[in-house]
Amino acid sequence: MEGRPPLSTTTDIPTKAATAVAATARPAVRVRPRGQSSPAAAALSHGILILAALVAVFPVLYLFFIALGPDKTDYLHPGDILGKATFANFGKVLGQTDFLSWFGNSLIVAGGTTVFGVLIAATTGYAVSRMRFPGLRPLMWSLLITQMFPIAVLIVPMYYTLANLGLLDTYSGLILVYASTAVPYCAWLLKGYFDTIPVEIDEAGRVDGLTPFGTFWRLILPLARPGLAVAAFYTFLTAWAEVPFASTFMLSSDKYTLAVGLTTFVSQYESQWNLMAATSVLIAIPVSAVFYLVQKHLVTGLTAGAAKS
Amino acid sequence: MVERLKLSYSRHWYAYAMAAPVVIVLGVLVAYPLGRGIYLTLTDANSLNVGHTVGVNHIPDTFKFVGLQNYADVLWGQGSYDRFWSHFVWTILWTVICVTLTYGSGLGLALLMNRQLRGRTAYRLLLILPWAVPTFVTVFSWRLMLADGGMVNTLLGALHLPQPSWLEDPLAQKAAAILVNTWCGVPFMMVSLLGGLQSIPAELYEAAEMDGATGWQRFRYVTLPGLRAVSSTVILLGVIWTFNQFVIIFLLFGNNAPDVQILVTWAYQLGFGQQPRDYAQSASYGIILLSILIVFTTFYQRWLKRNDQGVI
Repeated sequence: MEGRPPLSTTTDIPTKAATAVAATARPAVRVRPRGQSSPAAAALSHGILILAALVAVFPVLYLFFIALGPDKTDYLHPGDILGKATFANFGKVLGQTDFLSWFGNSLIVAGGTTVFGVLIAATTGYAVSRMRFPGLRPLMWSLLITQMFPIAVLIVPMYYTLANLGLLDTYSGLILVYASTAVPYCAWLLKGYFDTIPVEIDEAGRVDGLTPFGTFWRLILPLARPGLAVAAFYTFLTAWAEVPFASTFMLSSDKYTLAVGLTTFVSQYESQWNLMAATSVLIAIPVSAVFYLVQKHLVTGLTAGAAKS
Repeated sequence: MVERLKLSYSRHWYAYAMAAPVVIVLGVLVAYPLGRGIYLTLTDANSLNVGHTVGVNHIPDTFKFVGLQNYADVLWGQGSYDRFWSHFVWTILWTVICVTLTYGSGLGLALLMNRQLRGRTAYRLLLILPWAVPTFVTVFSWRLMLADGGMVNTLLGALHLPQPSWLEDPLAQKAAAILVNTWCGVPFMMVSLLGGLQSIPAELYEAAEMDGATGWQRFRYVTLPGLRAVSSTVILLGVIWTFNQFVIIFLLFGNNAPDVQILVTWAYQLGFGQQPRDYAQSASYGIILLSILIVFTTFYQRWLKRNDQGVI
């Protein structure tokens, strides 16, 4: 934080300001509370934010709009859709494709990854946050380095590892793979969150006769709910939207997750964009719902560790 | 030595017990594959000579050890400029441009939203939408919008601007990739930096204002130093994630756009997108990628330490 003396110029600025005010002797500039801006600045801020919000929202709305068009070439003439908008595509996707079974698979895999991943990330995060043990720094480094693994280097050897363990084409295999990609960041994030919980709480728990695990489970986890929510969300999203691992490790079509299923649409339906758009919208809805449930924790959860360090 | 191990175990057994699940999972699914991946880079393995099972017959491995030949071939073999260095330069450019753009826009939006403004919550909910929707869904939407005769070009046409062929022309492809990645990456930066801004004590601003600091000075000497911890983390993560960004380029262009492939997607294409699949070369790219990132992180960490503030 310190680095340089931030306000080394403070001695001369006030005098300058004072002389400036005295010299021009302006009749009292209206004082605004800090954090509020002049009408012009506020209008500008609103303008920028509205523009940014439009840019952020438009592609998603556009996809929804395309999904309403009954014809597969409708995306080229979006103007025509207005006249013939229909929910038929959604019905077709739900009724005539494997969408529901893909959805179920994704739910199993993403749910399993979330529960398993957050649990082991939390224990590890707690261990590195509270305990000093030999191997702590190597562990932290390996968590950081695991983040950097390009999938290209892992995907082939992982394939053989899973094959040897008999986990290829199983839910648990994919859950383990996803856990290994999501857990390092989650453990990192949760460590930051646990750091913000006073150690006195642990000590009180220990004095009252709780084991280290008891302290963790009964005292710290309930207090860390915002951090856990963010970690859970991150894990869920990682698993829900992942393409390359799922398409390599899930071989039989009844085990496809949504992301893989969607890519098979292109050939299967000869690029029926309208159906793909409808499917995409259906995929996006549940995860966006989860996102908005946890979003108010996002700010605290994400930056707890970083802001403190 | 054994005594010390024993002592350390009895003192720290619960710490080890709590870290064990992660260590086991990472060990089995990351460390072991990494070891095997490194071994593969020293061989000439491809999908023709790797052992596999056809029906009841098991065909054993027939690939052989070739030493460091793969690395030599990738780095300075014939045509290595087209195969490696052009992608390397583009990957670096891509990372720098994307991280700068996402960080800059994220910081700008976070600063705007940190003021007392009507409808702050509504803006935040709308602005994080690109993060809330799975990437492959939004990339698909962008693909429709960027297609010839799609939404983007219609809009550009209405404004009498040139309408590049976003998904085919090499330069336009790169611009499109950066655009989409920035669009996807801004919400994370914005939310993290907003958290950082909110953790700066208001007293610092009051003190600065008392001392007559201008808006720019308050930003330069209070806001930026206050954000340093958050910034160093999100920039590191941003660099790692962008450098390894797979989904956006893969789904936006598929396999038919050699110019826009960054090293990760290029390595995947060597290993999975062609026949025969060249596992050894693909893994060599992977190891080179990993080394670049580790070197970067080490220097970055050292540089942060010098400013008295490491990530670890």
